[in-house]
Amino acid sequence: MSIPFIQTRALEYTYLAEDDQAIPALRGIDLTIGRGEFVSLIGPNGSGKSTLARHFNALLLPTAGEVWVDGLLTSDPRHIQAIRQRVGMVFQNPDNQLVAGTVEEDVAFGPENLGVPPAELRRRVDEALEIVGMTEYRHHPPHMLSGGQKQRVAIAGALATRPDCIVFDEPTSMLDAEGRHQVLQTIQRLNAELGLTIILITQSMDEAALARRVLVMEGGCIVLDGPPEAVLEAEEVDRPGLGRPFAAEVARRLRLRGLPLPSGLLTVDALAAALNEVRNNGSQHG
Amino acid sequence: MNLLLPGMYFAADSALHRLDPRVKMGVATVLMVLPFAVRHPFGHLLTVGLVGTAAILSRAPWRALLGTLRTVFWLGFFMFFFYFFTTPGRPLVALGGVTVTLEGLVAGAMQVYRLCLLALIAALLTYTTSPLQLTHGLEAMLSPLASLGFPVRELGMVMTIALRFVPTFFEEIETLSRAQKARGVDLSSGAPWHRIRNMVPILVPLFLSAIRRAEELAVAMEARGFRSQPRRTHLCRLALSRADAIAVLIVLACGAAGVLIR
Repeated sequence: MSIPFIQTRALEYTYLAEDDQAIPALRGIDLTIGRGEFVSLIGPNGSGKSTLARHFNALLLPTAGEVWVDGLLTSDPRHIQAIRQRVGMVFQNPDNQLVAGTVEEDVAFGPENLGVPPAELRRRVDEALEIVGMTEYRHHPPHMLSGGQKQRVAIAGALATRPDCIVFDEPTSMLDAEGRHQVLQTIQRLNAELGLTIILITQSMDEAALARRVLVMEGGCIVLDGPPEAVLEAEEVDRPGLGRPFAAEVARRLRLRGLPLPSGLLTVDALAAALNEVRNNGSQHG
Repeated sequence: MNLLLPGMYFAADSALHRLDPRVKMGVATVLMVLPFAVRHPFGHLLTVGLVGTAAILSRAPWRALLGTLRTVFWLGFFMFFFYFFTTPGRPLVALGGVTVTLEGLVAGAMQVYRLCLLALIAALLTYTTSPLQLTHGLEAMLSPLASLGFPVRELGMVMTIALRFVPTFFEEIETLSRAQKARGVDLSSGAPWHRIRNMVPILVPLFLSAIRRAEELAVAMEARGFRSQPRRTHLCRLALSRADAIAVLIVLACGAAGVLIR
């Protein structure tokens, strides 16, 4: 494995419900995420995905156990700004994370908070907008943009602090198909071209399959951890609230009926190619 | 709709639009004081000339500018008659127990003239300066108070966020009223009291969603490193240009001349 970037040890998080009952949201999580990894985090509602992710930039602090980001302990208040500079976050609702009146001023918000001098600020804002392809909209007010465009502005806002890692908390769940496509493509580019560590929380198995490592959470624990080909075909995924990617599910059922399909078919294209192969082999034999 | 409501920003690129917001606010303040400070008719002529020049430079439609005067019509109406009847002086006509004086006529007219100028100047400022620029300008002008512990940055942040969410809330009101109409709530007819009561099913969810938004926004701001701290920098740096200097000089020179002439 590469150099560890985020590490948790015996991480537990408990919160008090309205009737003062202590509810455990995370029950002892030991996890290491390496620098430059692309990890997706899936699981049903209430499984603790967002709670876990919010420990990665000190928005939440552990009730027990420890979290290190780039060697910095999150529970040490002196490290908070340094950690938030290193780990950016993009949230679900594009409207509720943009603060300023124009796109470029919103992108500048993060580095402004870190006290970046104006000339450097200008450079970073231009660069971040360029990366997400929103340069031509820099003077627009946020409400004139589509959902996908707003999310890309939010991504640029996270990039402007020059982070090593961005955590995406269900970034596409409020977007239409076009917006989803734009955002997912941007996320993949950040990982592939800029080498950013990506943590993608999602409800969609198709999105989870984009990562090179999938973590499945349930009841505050990580129940599965591995490459998508292995995880998405495991028995544990067979339950309501998760569900395999469409192609993987079709492949699994065909396999049950005796078709000799290889494992690890996660996209429709891969499935079609495999089916073609089977048909060709079949005609050769027949 | 191309309706220009009083107080709304009129997006254009005029000499007045390009002025620094701080300069515009300062100049507007000086111009608003002038009609009260000036004694000599020549001074009033200068003041009207300055406001008139600004109006021409703003490229704002005349109708819209004159429309702003309508907003102060009733106020002007009452002020006029108040001065008309209460100013002592040479009696002009005696109507019953009330005596109308020449001085009253002049004083009333002067008040209306001042009120109209104030309305025009305020309208020119908001027509040519976007709310965002006004916020930046105000923040910059108040920044000396920051050293006295006055939360200038925070105030600027609050104003920016408020402006940012105005269109969002309008969209939300639209959605909510459509949802309520679909459930048979009649929002557009009935007695005023009824209509106000029918707004409740829109206002309650609107407030709830505003609170939820505020919570999410606070988390997002915190995630982006926002803390209440004086050490923030700004992307938008206001810079004074030659036009700003010229505007300030002209207004100050004319203003001084107007006040000094006796």
